[in-house]
Amino acid sequence: MPTVPALPVVLAGVGRTFGDRRVLRDIDLEIAAGEIVAIIGASGSGKSTLLRQVGGLDQPDSGTVTIDGTPLNGVDQRTAIAFQEPRLLPWRSVARNVEVGLPRSTPRAEGRARVDELLRLVQLEDAKSLRPRQISGGMAQRASLARALARGPGVLVLDEPFGALDALTRLTMQDLLLEIHSAEPATILLVTHDVDEALYLADRVILLGTEPGYPANSGAVIRSVITVPGKRPRDRGSASLAQLRAELLDGLGVSTHHPAHTF
Amino acid sequence: MADQFIAATGTAGSAYSGLAVSARRKTLPGPLWLRVLLGAIIPLAVLGIWQLIVSLGLIPSYRLPSPASVVLAGVDLANRGLLFSSIAISVQRVLIGFVAGSLVGLVAASAVGLSRVVSSLLAPTLGALRAVPSLAWVPLLGLYLGINEDSKVALIAIGAFFPVYTTVSAALRHVDPQLVEAGRAYGYTGTRLLGLVQLPAVVPSVISSLRLALAQSWLFLVAAELLASALGLGHLLVDSQNNGRIDRLFLVIILLGVFGKVTDALVGLLERYLLRRWGS
Ligand SMILES: Nc1ncnc2c1ncn2[C@@H]1O[C@H](COP(=O)(O)OP(=O)(O)OP(=O)(O)O)[C@@H](O)[C@H]1O
Ligand SMILES: [Mg+2]
Repeated sequence: MPTVPALPVVLAGVGRTFGDRRVLRDIDLEIAAGEIVAIIGASGSGKSTLLRQVGGLDQPDSGTVTIDGTPLNGVDQRTAIAFQEPRLLPWRSVARNVEVGLPRSTPRAEGRARVDELLRLVQLEDAKSLRPRQISGGMAQRASLARALARGPGVLVLDEPFGALDALTRLTMQDLLLEIHSAEPATILLVTHDVDEALYLADRVILLGTEPGYPANSGAVIRSVITVPGKRPRDRGSASLAQLRAELLDGLGVSTHHPAHTF
Repeated sequence: MADQFIAATGTAGSAYSGLAVSARRKTLPGPLWLRVLLGAIIPLAVLGIWQLIVSLGLIPSYRLPSPASVVLAGVDLANRGLLFSSIAISVQRVLIGFVAGSLVGLVAASAVGLSRVVSSLLAPTLGALRAVPSLAWVPLLGLYLGINEDSKVALIAIGAFFPVYTTVSAALRHVDPQLVEAGRAYGYTGTRLLGLVQLPAVVPSVISSLRLALAQSWLFLVAAELLASALGLGHLLVDSQNNGRIDRLFLVIILLGVFGKVTDALVGLLERYLLRRWGS
């Protein structure tokens, strides 16, 4: 299988401003090779913008992004990205869309085998010859994930990869992602709105948001970094996670009705 | 109203059937012979009325020839060896001019749609050239290229170029930027990106521009042949006018209609193939 080994990612002082609206400010983050980092934050807090900097699709106004020691300059072939929207090409079948993710030098037969294997992994083998308009939103999102995996990336950037999935498929896909991660380790940076998902998948959870007391357009910073205890696969109902969960929800400004807050 | 209703149920019903392409065409459901029959009603009625007018002598024959005399004029021209050579040379000019003009139009549109530099360089000039009514080129082309095949084919190519260039370059500007970005994210750039995302995305526009270009090509063929030529359907028109052969005039007009329609149907076949391959 054509895979790049997991690569370390370093963000140093990354900032991004659109016109007079500052979205990101002073983002410092070191991600070890093979680590899984989840980003959570309110809507519009700049999560997708941060991922676009790591994916090389957008350049920061200040600071640098470094992958395996080399500063990023545009799209890096060792990185694969799955967008918040599936972004499948409507005139290609599901299988031919996944093919787009293959590294350029992949021999034909090998590429086909790889695509088939990925489609089986994301449970789309029956939909391989359908066009995107013929599949559901959740199926499209899984196809988009398969396309990113087809790259065999050293860094995998996922923007709310399971957002459109029903609760059950979501749990299955989380386990699938962890399986893939242990079989073909990659450094994973993923955005999620689901605190439980973040705690289940990630080694560390990053809370992105504007600093309290600052105006909204002062730019989001890393509000807190939480190291999730325990080895994967984790117990979804563990008590130590419940405490972290309350902390994170609190950071997102959600009242948890946790005893510590109500009494 | 009825059309809208059919269109709405058509797309909803076919969302999962893979038949959206055929649902988009607004043809009557039912057997082919019924559609052929329905389509033939008006032409046959016109023919009947025409014959009636002639038979009753409502319009003198030097103004309106009888259908039979038009057919005879065709037979006569065929016997003299003029009919098929005129048709052949005209069809040849149209096809060469159409193919050349649309190909150049497609390449120019891609270059302008792909590169901001090329766009800034080319778009204003081409826009200005387009503003010149294309028939104004006829005398100049005659002078530069001589009154020969090249000048006629060049004029037809100009006629075919602009619909393709204008429509396709505008469509390329409106390709979903999210899809383009996805292509970029997977390492596609330049012409590879064009082939992966932009061109397939504008296939419907390319097809409709080809249809326009083909109609323009016939228009420009007649213009070129009317003004200067010794052979071809357009030449036959001028010649018949000068000799007062109104039966031949009718014949040529009908032939132009028939061949215009036949070539358009060929583009229609191409459309079906392309939409099956690249339609969503
Ligand atoms: N290209 C751009 N031009 C101008 N503003 C932009 C651009 N991209 C993003 N923004 C702005 O940056 C802010 C953050 O956007 P971003 O998409 O990163 O948010 P997000 O955290 O991913 O939100 P969500 O959870 O809703 O996806 C928004 O206010 C958005 O309007
Ligand atoms: Mg987002």
